[in-house]
Amino acid sequence: MRIGYFPGCSLLGSSREFDESVRALAGAIGLELVTVPDWNCCGASSAHVLDHKLSLALPARILAQAEAAGLDEVLAPCAACFNRLSSARAELDADPALRTEIAGILELPYQGRVRVVNVLEVLDRCQAELQARMVAPFQRKVACYYGCLLVRPPRVVAFDRPEDPQSMDRLLALAGAQPLDWNHKTECCGAAFSVTRTDLVARMSGRIVAGAAKAGAEAIVVACPMCHSNLDLRRSASNALTGADHQLPVLFITQALGLAMGLDPAALGLQRHLVPAGPVLSGAPALAPQPAARTRP
Amino acid sequence: MTSAPHPPVPEATLKAEVLAATGVKMNHCYQCGKCAAGCPVAEDMDLTSCQILRLVQLGEPEADRRALQCEGIWLCLACETCSTRCPQQVEVPRVLDFLRTEAVRRGLAHPGSRDILAFHRAFLDSVRTTGRLYEIGLVAGYKLRSRHFLQDLALAPRMLTRGKLPLLPHLIRGRAAMKRIFQRTLGGK
Repeated sequence: MRIGYFPGCSLLGSSREFDESVRALAGAIGLELVTVPDWNCCGASSAHVLDHKLSLALPARILAQAEAAGLDEVLAPCAACFNRLSSARAELDADPALRTEIAGILELPYQGRVRVVNVLEVLDRCQAELQARMVAPFQRKVACYYGCLLVRPPRVVAFDRPEDPQSMDRLLALAGAQPLDWNHKTECCGAAFSVTRTDLVARMSGRIVAGAAKAGAEAIVVACPMCHSNLDLRRSASNALTGADHQLPVLFITQALGLAMGLDPAALGLQRHLVPAGPVLSGAPALAPQPAARTRP
Repeated sequence: MTSAPHPPVPEATLKAEVLAATGVKMNHCYQCGKCAAGCPVAEDMDLTSCQILRLVQLGEPEADRRALQCEGIWLCLACETCSTRCPQQVEVPRVLDFLRTEAVRRGLAHPGSRDILAFHRAFLDSVRTTGRLYEIGLVAGYKLRSRHFLQDLALAPRMLTRGKLPLLPHLIRGRAAMKRIFQRTLGGK
Protein backbone atom coordinates (compact mmCIF):
# COMPACT_ATOMS: atom_id res chain seq x y z
CA MET A 1 0.00 0.00 0.00
CA ARG A 2 1.12 3.55 -0.81
CA ILE A 3 0.01 6.77 0.82
CA GLY A 4 1.01 10.45 0.70
CA TYR A 5 2.91 11.65 3.75
CA PHE A 6 2.90 15.14 5.24
CA PRO A 7 5.11 15.05 8.35
CA GLY A 8 4.70 18.72 9.31
CA CYS A 9 7.19 20.93 11.15
CA SER A 10 6.94 19.47 14.67
CA LEU A 11 7.88 16.04 13.37
CA LEU A 12 11.20 17.43 12.12
CA GLY A 13 12.01 18.98 15.49
CA SER A 14 10.43 18.77 18.90
CA SER A 15 8.44 15.62 18.05
CA ARG A 16 10.86 13.83 15.78
CA GLU A 17 10.18 10.57 17.64
CA PHE A 18 6.66 10.67 16.21
CA ASP A 19 8.11 10.77 12.68
CA GLU A 20 10.64 8.06 13.55
CA SER A 21 7.99 5.76 15.00
CA VAL A 22 5.51 6.34 12.13
CA ARG A 23 8.24 5.44 9.64
CA ALA A 24 9.36 2.41 11.68
CA LEU A 25 5.80 1.11 11.88
CA ALA A 26 5.08 1.80 8.20
CA GLY A 27 8.26 -0.05 7.26
CA ALA A 28 7.28 -3.03 9.40
CA ILE A 29 3.84 -3.41 7.82
CA GLY A 30 4.87 -2.56 4.25
CA LEU A 31 3.13 0.80 4.01
CA GLU A 32 4.98 3.07 1.57
CA LEU A 33 5.03 6.74 2.62
CA VAL A 34 5.38 9.20 -0.28
CA THR A 35 6.36 12.62 1.11
CA VAL A 36 4.46 15.59 -0.35
CA PRO A 37 7.04 17.46 -2.50
CA ASP A 38 8.36 20.74 -1.10
CA TRP A 39 5.73 20.87 1.62
CA ASN A 40 5.29 24.00 3.75
CA CYS A 41 4.00 24.72 7.26
CA CYS A 42 0.19 24.44 7.58
CA GLY A 43 -0.01 27.60 9.74
CA ALA A 44 -1.06 25.51 12.74
CA SER A 45 -2.47 27.50 15.62
CA SER A 46 -1.09 30.86 14.46
CA ALA A 47 -2.29 31.66 10.93
CA HIS A 48 -6.01 31.61 11.79
CA VAL A 49 -5.49 34.08 14.62
CA LEU A 50 -4.08 36.74 12.32
CA ASP A 51 -5.67 36.14 8.92
CA HIS A 52 -8.34 33.71 7.80
CA LYS A 53 -7.28 33.55 4.15
CA LEU A 54 -3.70 32.78 5.16
CA SER A 55 -5.06 29.93 7.30
CA LEU A 56 -6.67 28.52 4.13
CA ALA A 57 -3.84 29.25 1.68
CA LEU A 58 -1.07 27.50 3.66
CA PRO A 59 -2.87 24.12 3.91
CA ALA A 60 -4.18 24.54 0.35
CA ARG A 61 -0.61 24.81 -0.97
CA ILE A 62 0.23 21.47 0.68
CA LEU A 63 -2.88 19.85 -0.83
CA ALA A 64 -2.10 21.38 -4.25
CA GLN A 65 1.45 20.00 -4.11
CA ALA A 66 0.05 16.57 -3.20
CA GLU A 67 -2.43 16.77 -6.09
CA ALA A 68 0.33 17.69 -8.52
CA ALA A 69 2.28 14.65 -7.31
CA GLY A 70 -0.71 12.42 -8.14
CA LEU A 71 -1.54 11.51 -4.53
CA ASP A 72 -5.22 10.91 -3.62
CA GLU A 73 -4.68 10.59 0.08
CA VAL A 74 -2.28 12.24 2.53
CA LEU A 75 -1.44 11.01 6.00
CA ALA A 76 -0.86 13.89 8.43
CA PRO A 77 0.34 12.32 11.71
CA CYS A 78 0.34 15.67 13.53
CA ALA A 79 -3.19 16.28 14.79
CA ALA A 80 -2.87 20.05 14.26
CA CYS A 81 -1.81 19.58 10.62
CA PHE A 82 -4.60 17.02 10.13
CA ASN A 83 -7.10 19.50 11.53
CA ARG A 84 -5.90 22.52 9.51
CA LEU A 85 -5.75 20.54 6.27
CA SER A 86 -9.21 19.04 6.86
CA SER A 87 -10.72 22.44 7.77
CA ALA A 88 -9.26 24.18 4.73
CA ARG A 89 -10.35 21.37 2.41
CA ALA A 90 -13.93 21.46 3.81
CA GLU A 91 -14.22 25.24 3.51
CA LEU A 92 -12.83 25.30 -0.04
CA ASP A 93 -15.09 22.38 -1.06
CA ALA A 94 -18.13 24.36 0.06
CA ASP A 95 -17.24 27.61 -1.72
CA PRO A 96 -16.12 27.48 -5.39
CA ALA A 97 -15.47 31.24 -5.55
CA LEU A 98 -13.16 31.04 -2.54
CA ARG A 99 -11.45 27.99 -4.09
CA THR A 100 -10.67 30.01 -7.22
CA GLU A 101 -9.42 32.93 -5.15
CA ILE A 102 -7.11 30.74 -3.05
CA ALA A 103 -5.77 28.96 -6.17
CA GLY A 104 -4.92 32.43 -7.51
CA ILE A 105 -3.09 33.32 -4.31
CA LEU A 106 -1.13 30.05 -4.52
CA GLU A 107 -0.43 30.35 -8.26
CA LEU A 108 -1.19 26.61 -8.35
CA PRO A 109 -4.14 24.59 -9.60
CA TYR A 110 -6.28 23.32 -6.73
CA GLN A 111 -9.10 20.82 -7.34
CA GLY A 112 -9.67 19.55 -3.79
CA ARG A 113 -9.15 15.91 -4.75
CA VAL A 114 -6.81 14.88 -1.92
CA ARG A 115 -8.27 13.21 1.15
CA VAL A 116 -6.60 13.96 4.48
CA VAL A 117 -6.28 11.17 7.04
CA ASN A 118 -4.83 10.97 10.53
CA VAL A 119 -2.59 8.29 11.94
CA LEU A 120 -5.37 6.50 13.84
CA GLU A 121 -7.48 6.13 10.69
CA VAL A 122 -4.56 4.64 8.78
CA LEU A 123 -3.58 2.26 11.59
CA ASP A 124 -7.21 1.24 12.00
CA ARG A 125 -7.21 0.16 8.34
CA CYS A 126 -4.00 -1.83 8.85
CA GLN A 127 -5.27 -3.84 11.82
CA ALA A 128 -4.69 -7.21 10.17
CA GLU A 129 -1.08 -6.36 9.23
CA LEU A 130 -0.42 -4.99 12.72
CA GLN A 131 -1.96 -7.97 14.47
CA ALA A 132 0.09 -10.41 12.43
CA ARG A 133 3.27 -8.78 13.80
CA MET A 134 2.41 -8.51 17.49
CA VAL A 135 5.15 -10.43 19.27
CA ALA A 136 5.54 -8.63 22.61
CA PRO A 137 2.11 -7.67 23.99
CA PHE A 138 2.19 -4.20 25.56
CA GLN A 139 0.63 -5.35 28.82
CA ARG A 140 0.08 -1.96 30.38
CA LYS A 141 -2.85 0.02 31.65
CA VAL A 142 -3.06 3.01 29.36
CA ALA A 143 -4.99 6.28 29.23
CA CYS A 144 -5.76 7.05 25.59
CA TYR A 145 -5.60 10.81 25.23
CA TYR A 146 -7.09 12.15 21.97
CA GLY A 147 -7.13 15.88 22.75
CA CYS A 148 -9.06 18.33 20.58
CA LEU A 149 -7.80 18.32 17.06
CA LEU A 150 -8.39 14.72 16.02
CA VAL A 151 -12.08 14.70 16.88
CA ARG A 152 -13.32 18.29 16.74
CA PRO A 153 -15.18 19.90 15.11
CA PRO A 154 -16.98 16.68 14.10
CA ARG A 155 -18.60 18.34 11.06
CA VAL A 156 -15.13 18.96 9.63
CA VAL A 157 -12.93 16.07 10.74
CA ALA A 158 -15.71 13.43 10.53
CA PHE A 159 -13.67 11.04 12.62
CA ASP A 160 -14.63 8.86 15.60
CA ARG A 161 -16.92 10.08 18.39
CA PRO A 162 -16.26 13.64 19.54
CA GLU A 163 -16.95 13.06 23.25
CA ASP A 164 -15.76 9.49 23.89
CA PRO A 165 -13.63 8.38 20.95
CA GLN A 166 -12.63 4.71 20.70
CA SER A 167 -10.22 4.24 17.78
CA MET A 168 -7.02 4.51 19.83
CA ASP A 169 -8.51 2.32 22.57
CA ARG A 170 -9.18 -0.41 19.99
CA LEU A 171 -5.63 -0.23 18.60
CA LEU A 172 -4.07 -0.48 22.04
CA ALA A 173 -6.32 -3.39 23.01
CA LEU A 174 -5.04 -5.07 19.84
CA ALA A 175 -1.50 -4.55 21.16
CA GLY A 176 -2.35 -6.27 24.44
CA ALA A 177 -2.83 -3.14 26.55
CA GLN A 178 -5.77 -2.34 28.79
CA PRO A 179 -7.28 1.03 27.75
CA LEU A 180 -8.86 2.66 30.79
CA ASP A 181 -12.08 4.56 31.16
CA TRP A 182 -11.15 8.04 32.27
CA ASN A 183 -12.48 11.58 32.17
CA HIS A 184 -9.97 13.59 30.18
CA LYS A 185 -9.84 11.85 26.80
CA THR A 186 -10.74 14.97 24.84
CA GLU A 187 -9.96 17.80 27.28
CA CYS A 188 -7.72 20.52 25.85
CA CYS A 189 -4.04 20.46 27.01
CA GLY A 190 -3.55 24.19 26.37
CA ALA A 191 -2.03 23.63 22.94
CA ALA A 192 -0.40 26.73 21.49
CA PHE A 193 -0.23 28.56 24.84
CA SER A 194 2.76 26.41 25.79
CA VAL A 195 5.14 29.37 25.39
CA THR A 196 2.92 32.40 25.98
CA ARG A 197 0.71 31.21 28.83
CA THR A 198 2.70 28.40 30.42
CA ASP A 199 0.63 28.98 33.59
CA LEU A 200 -2.56 27.91 31.81
CA VAL A 201 -0.86 24.97 30.10
CA ALA A 202 0.58 23.74 33.40
CA ARG A 203 -2.88 23.77 34.94
CA MET A 204 -4.66 22.18 31.98
CA SER A 205 -2.09 19.51 31.24
CA GLY A 206 -1.63 18.93 34.99
CA ARG A 207 -5.31 18.01 35.29
CA ILE A 208 -4.98 15.55 32.41
CA VAL A 209 -1.92 13.86 33.91
CA ALA A 210 -3.61 13.72 37.33
CA GLY A 211 -6.75 12.22 35.74
CA ALA A 212 -4.72 9.51 34.03
CA ALA A 213 -2.80 8.74 37.24
CA LYS A 214 -6.02 8.56 39.24
CA ALA A 215 -7.48 6.07 36.76
CA GLY A 216 -4.44 3.87 37.39
CA ALA A 217 -2.65 4.43 34.08
CA GLU A 218 0.98 3.37 33.63
CA ALA A 219 1.28 5.51 30.51
CA ILE A 220 -0.62 8.15 28.57
CA VAL A 221 -0.83 7.48 24.85
CA VAL A 222 -1.26 10.36 22.38
CA ALA A 223 -1.40 11.04 18.64
CA CYS A 224 -0.59 14.76 18.64
CA PRO A 225 2.78 16.55 18.98
CA MET A 226 1.27 19.49 20.87
CA CYS A 227 -0.41 17.19 23.38
CA HIS A 228 2.90 15.34 23.75
CA SER A 229 4.86 18.56 24.36
CA ASN A 230 2.42 19.83 26.93
CA LEU A 231 2.23 16.53 28.83
CA ASP A 232 5.93 15.65 28.54
CA LEU A 233 8.09 18.77 28.05
CA ARG A 234 5.87 20.76 30.43
CA ARG A 235 5.66 18.03 33.09
CA SER A 236 7.99 19.79 35.55
CA ALA A 237 5.82 22.93 35.28
CA SER A 238 2.57 21.01 35.81
CA ASN A 239 4.03 18.99 38.69
CA ALA A 240 5.31 22.19 40.30
CA LEU A 241 1.87 23.78 40.01
CA THR A 242 -0.10 20.84 41.37
CA GLY A 243 2.50 19.83 43.96
CA ALA A 244 2.38 16.26 42.65
CA ASP A 245 5.27 14.19 41.33
CA HIS A 246 3.64 12.34 38.45
CA GLN A 247 6.20 10.38 36.45
CA LEU A 248 3.96 8.47 34.09
CA PRO A 249 5.42 8.56 30.60
CA VAL A 250 3.65 9.84 27.48
CA LEU A 251 3.98 7.67 24.40
CA PHE A 252 2.90 8.23 20.83
CA ILE A 253 0.47 5.55 19.64
CA THR A 254 3.05 4.49 17.05
CA GLN A 255 5.65 3.96 19.81
CA ALA A 256 3.30 1.80 21.90
CA LEU A 257 2.32 -0.33 18.89
CA GLY A 258 5.96 -0.53 17.78
CA LEU A 259 6.99 -1.92 21.18
CA ALA A 260 4.27 -4.59 20.90
CA MET A 261 5.67 -5.46 17.47
CA GLY A 262 9.12 -5.95 18.96
CA LEU A 263 10.68 -2.93 17.23
CA ASP A 264 13.84 -1.41 18.71
CA PRO A 265 12.94 1.27 21.33
CA ALA A 266 15.70 3.53 19.95
CA ALA A 267 14.30 3.25 16.42
CA LEU A 268 10.98 4.38 17.90
CA GLY A 269 12.69 7.41 19.51
CA LEU A 270 11.71 6.39 23.06
CA GLN A 271 14.94 7.88 24.43
CA ARG A 272 13.85 11.37 23.42
CA HIS A 273 11.17 11.96 26.04
CA LEU A 274 11.78 14.21 29.02
CA VAL A 275 9.67 11.97 31.26
CA PRO A 276 11.58 8.68 30.91
CA ALA A 277 9.70 5.85 29.23
CA GLY A 278 11.85 3.34 31.20
CA PRO A 279 9.10 2.03 33.50
CA VAL A 280 7.01 0.76 30.57
CA LEU A 281 10.05 -0.62 28.76
CA SER A 282 11.71 -2.66 31.48
CA GLY A 283 9.37 -2.96 34.45
CA ALA A 284 7.28 -6.07 34.94
CA PRO A 285 4.01 -5.95 32.99
CA ALA A 286 1.20 -4.93 35.28
CA LEU A 287 -1.40 -6.93 33.45
CA ALA A 288 -1.56 -10.67 33.82
CA PRO A 289 -1.38 -12.47 30.47
CA GLN A 290 -4.72 -12.11 28.74
CA PRO A 291 -6.94 -15.19 28.93
CA ALA A 292 -7.01 -16.93 25.56
CA ALA A 293 -10.70 -16.43 24.98
CA ARG A 294 -12.64 -13.71 26.74
CA THR A 295 -16.28 -14.53 26.86
CA ARG A 296 -18.63 -11.65 26.48
CA PRO A 297 -22.21 -11.78 27.63
CA MET B 1 -48.74 31.41 15.16
CA THR B 2 -45.41 32.09 13.49
CA SER B 3 -42.74 34.42 14.74
CA ALA B 4 -42.00 37.59 12.85
CA PRO B 5 -38.92 37.50 10.58
CA HIS B 6 -35.71 38.89 12.03
CA PRO B 7 -35.25 42.56 11.15
CA PRO B 8 -32.35 43.18 8.74
CA VAL B 9 -28.97 43.59 10.42
CA PRO B 10 -27.82 47.24 10.30
CA GLU B 11 -24.67 47.30 8.20
CA ALA B 12 -22.41 49.31 10.48
CA THR B 13 -22.59 46.83 13.36
CA LEU B 14 -20.04 44.23 14.37
CA LYS B 15 -22.62 41.49 13.92
CA ALA B 16 -23.08 42.47 10.27
CA GLU B 17 -19.31 42.31 9.83
CA VAL B 18 -19.23 38.90 11.53
CA LEU B 19 -21.91 37.68 9.13
CA ALA B 20 -20.11 39.05 6.08
CA ALA B 21 -16.71 37.68 7.09
CA THR B 22 -17.64 34.32 8.60
CA GLY B 23 -21.21 33.53 7.55
CA VAL B 24 -22.15 33.06 11.21
CA LYS B 25 -25.58 34.45 12.10
CA MET B 26 -25.27 35.84 15.59
CA ASN B 27 -29.02 35.62 16.21
CA HIS B 28 -28.80 31.82 16.09
CA CYS B 29 -27.34 31.93 19.59
CA TYR B 30 -30.09 31.68 22.21
CA GLN B 31 -27.75 32.14 25.17
CA CYS B 32 -28.00 28.65 26.65
CA GLY B 33 -24.47 29.03 28.01
CA LYS B 34 -23.28 25.58 26.98
CA CYS B 35 -20.23 27.06 25.18
CA ALA B 36 -18.95 28.74 28.33
CA ALA B 37 -19.88 25.77 30.53
CA GLY B 38 -17.53 23.46 28.63
CA CYS B 39 -14.82 26.00 27.83
CA PRO B 40 -11.49 24.93 29.42
CA VAL B 41 -10.37 28.55 29.89
CA ALA B 42 -13.71 30.19 30.81
CA GLU B 43 -12.51 30.59 34.40
CA ASP B 44 -9.66 32.83 33.17
CA MET B 45 -11.77 35.03 30.90
CA ASP B 46 -13.05 38.48 31.85
CA LEU B 47 -15.99 37.85 29.50
CA THR B 48 -16.90 34.29 28.51
CA SER B 49 -17.76 33.16 24.99
CA CYS B 50 -21.46 33.33 25.78
CA GLN B 51 -21.21 36.89 27.11
CA ILE B 52 -19.14 37.98 24.13
CA LEU B 53 -21.74 36.57 21.73
CA ARG B 54 -24.47 38.43 23.64
CA LEU B 55 -22.63 41.75 23.35
CA VAL B 56 -22.24 41.29 19.60
CA GLN B 57 -25.93 40.34 19.26
CA LEU B 58 -26.97 43.69 20.74
CA GLY B 59 -25.68 45.55 17.70
CA GLU B 60 -24.77 48.68 19.65
CA PRO B 61 -21.48 50.60 19.33
CA GLU B 62 -20.71 50.46 23.04
CA ALA B 63 -21.39 46.70 23.22
CA ASP B 64 -19.29 46.13 20.08
CA ARG B 65 -16.41 48.02 21.66
CA ARG B 66 -16.64 45.99 24.88
CA ALA B 67 -16.55 42.74 22.93
CA LEU B 68 -13.47 43.83 20.98
CA GLN B 69 -11.64 45.17 24.03
CA CYS B 70 -12.06 42.16 26.31
CA GLU B 71 -9.27 39.72 27.11
CA GLY B 72 -11.56 36.70 26.67
CA ILE B 73 -11.28 36.72 22.88
CA TRP B 74 -7.50 36.24 23.22
CA LEU B 75 -7.70 33.22 25.52
CA CYS B 76 -9.66 31.02 23.11
CA LEU B 77 -7.53 27.99 22.24
CA ALA B 78 -9.74 26.97 19.30
CA CYS B 79 -10.26 23.60 21.00
CA GLU B 80 -13.74 23.55 19.41
CA THR B 81 -15.48 22.09 22.47
CA CYS B 82 -18.04 24.91 22.29
CA SER B 83 -18.86 24.57 18.59
CA THR B 84 -19.10 20.77 18.95
CA ARG B 85 -21.68 21.09 21.74
CA CYS B 86 -23.59 24.18 20.56
CA PRO B 87 -27.20 23.17 19.94
CA GLN B 88 -27.42 25.85 17.26
CA GLN B 89 -24.10 24.96 15.59
CA VAL B 90 -22.69 28.44 16.11
CA GLU B 91 -19.00 28.35 15.20
CA VAL B 92 -17.80 30.30 18.20
CA PRO B 93 -14.02 29.99 17.56
CA ARG B 94 -14.52 31.29 14.03
CA VAL B 95 -16.33 34.34 15.44
CA LEU B 96 -13.58 34.91 18.02
CA ASP B 97 -10.93 34.64 15.28
CA PHE B 98 -12.71 37.45 13.46
CA LEU B 99 -13.10 39.57 16.62
CA ARG B 100 -9.36 39.28 17.29
CA THR B 101 -8.36 40.46 13.81
CA GLU B 102 -10.91 43.24 14.07
CA ALA B 103 -9.68 44.26 17.53
CA VAL B 104 -6.14 44.56 16.15
CA ARG B 105 -7.33 46.46 13.07
CA ARG B 106 -9.22 49.00 15.21
CA GLY B 107 -6.41 49.29 17.76
CA LEU B 108 -8.64 48.00 20.56
CA ALA B 109 -6.79 44.79 21.42
CA HIS B 110 -6.54 44.06 25.17
CA PRO B 111 -3.03 44.46 26.70
CA GLY B 112 -3.13 40.73 27.55
CA SER B 113 -2.91 40.05 23.83
CA ARG B 114 0.63 41.42 23.59
CA ASP B 115 2.57 38.21 24.24
CA ILE B 116 0.05 36.06 22.40
CA LEU B 117 0.33 38.25 19.29
CA ALA B 118 4.11 38.31 19.63
CA PHE B 119 4.13 34.51 19.56
CA HIS B 120 1.88 34.19 16.52
CA ARG B 121 3.83 36.88 14.63
CA ALA B 122 7.15 35.22 15.43
CA PHE B 123 5.68 31.90 14.30
CA LEU B 124 4.46 33.31 10.99
CA ASP B 125 7.71 35.26 10.42
CA SER B 126 9.53 31.94 10.46
CA VAL B 127 7.09 30.35 8.01
CA ARG B 128 7.19 33.38 5.71
CA THR B 129 11.00 33.28 5.53
CA THR B 130 11.78 29.56 5.38
CA GLY B 131 8.46 27.98 4.38
CA ARG B 132 8.39 25.90 7.54
CA LEU B 133 8.40 26.52 11.26
CA TYR B 134 11.94 26.85 12.58
CA GLU B 135 11.52 26.25 16.31
CA ILE B 136 14.71 27.97 17.51
CA GLY B 137 13.84 30.94 15.28
CA LEU B 138 10.35 31.01 16.76
CA VAL B 139 11.62 31.11 20.32
CA ALA B 140 14.27 33.73 19.49
CA GLY B 141 11.72 35.84 17.60
CA TYR B 142 9.23 35.54 20.44
CA LYS B 143 11.81 36.58 23.04
CA LEU B 144 12.78 39.63 20.98
CA ARG B 145 9.17 40.68 20.49
CA SER B 146 7.98 39.93 24.04
CA ARG B 147 11.23 40.81 25.91
CA HIS B 148 10.85 37.59 27.96
CA PHE B 149 14.52 36.68 27.51
CA LEU B 150 14.91 34.32 30.45
CA GLN B 151 11.85 32.14 29.89
CA ASP B 152 12.42 28.42 29.28
CA LEU B 153 16.21 28.67 29.34
CA ALA B 154 16.36 25.45 31.35
CA LEU B 155 14.34 23.53 28.79
CA ALA B 156 16.52 24.20 25.73
CA PRO B 157 19.57 22.10 26.74
CA ARG B 158 17.33 19.18 27.69
CA MET B 159 15.68 19.34 24.26
CA LEU B 160 19.03 19.71 22.49
CA THR B 161 20.54 16.62 24.07
CA ARG B 162 17.49 14.62 23.00
CA GLY B 163 17.79 15.78 19.40
CA LYS B 164 14.55 17.76 19.60
CA LEU B 165 15.98 21.15 18.54
CA PRO B 166 17.62 21.06 15.10
CA LEU B 167 20.00 24.02 14.92
CA LEU B 168 19.43 24.88 11.26
CA PRO B 169 16.15 25.77 9.56
CA HIS B 170 14.71 23.68 6.72
CA LEU B 171 14.37 25.86 3.64
CA ILE B 172 11.72 24.90 1.09
CA ARG B 173 12.24 25.57 -2.63
CA GLY B 174 9.02 27.56 -3.04
CA ARG B 175 10.09 30.37 -0.70
CA ALA B 176 9.39 33.13 -3.22
CA ALA B 177 5.85 31.79 -3.73
CA MET B 178 5.40 31.62 0.05
CA LYS B 179 6.37 35.30 0.38
CA ARG B 180 3.74 36.18 -2.24
CA ILE B 181 1.10 34.09 -0.39
CA PHE B 182 1.83 36.08 2.76
CA GLN B 183 1.77 39.38 0.86
CA ARG B 184 -1.62 38.58 -0.67
CA THR B 185 -3.23 37.47 2.59
CA LEU B 186 -1.61 38.79 5.74
CA GLY B 187 -0.16 41.85 3.97
CA GLY B 188 1.13 44.30 6.53
CA LYS B 189 -0.84 42.85 9.46
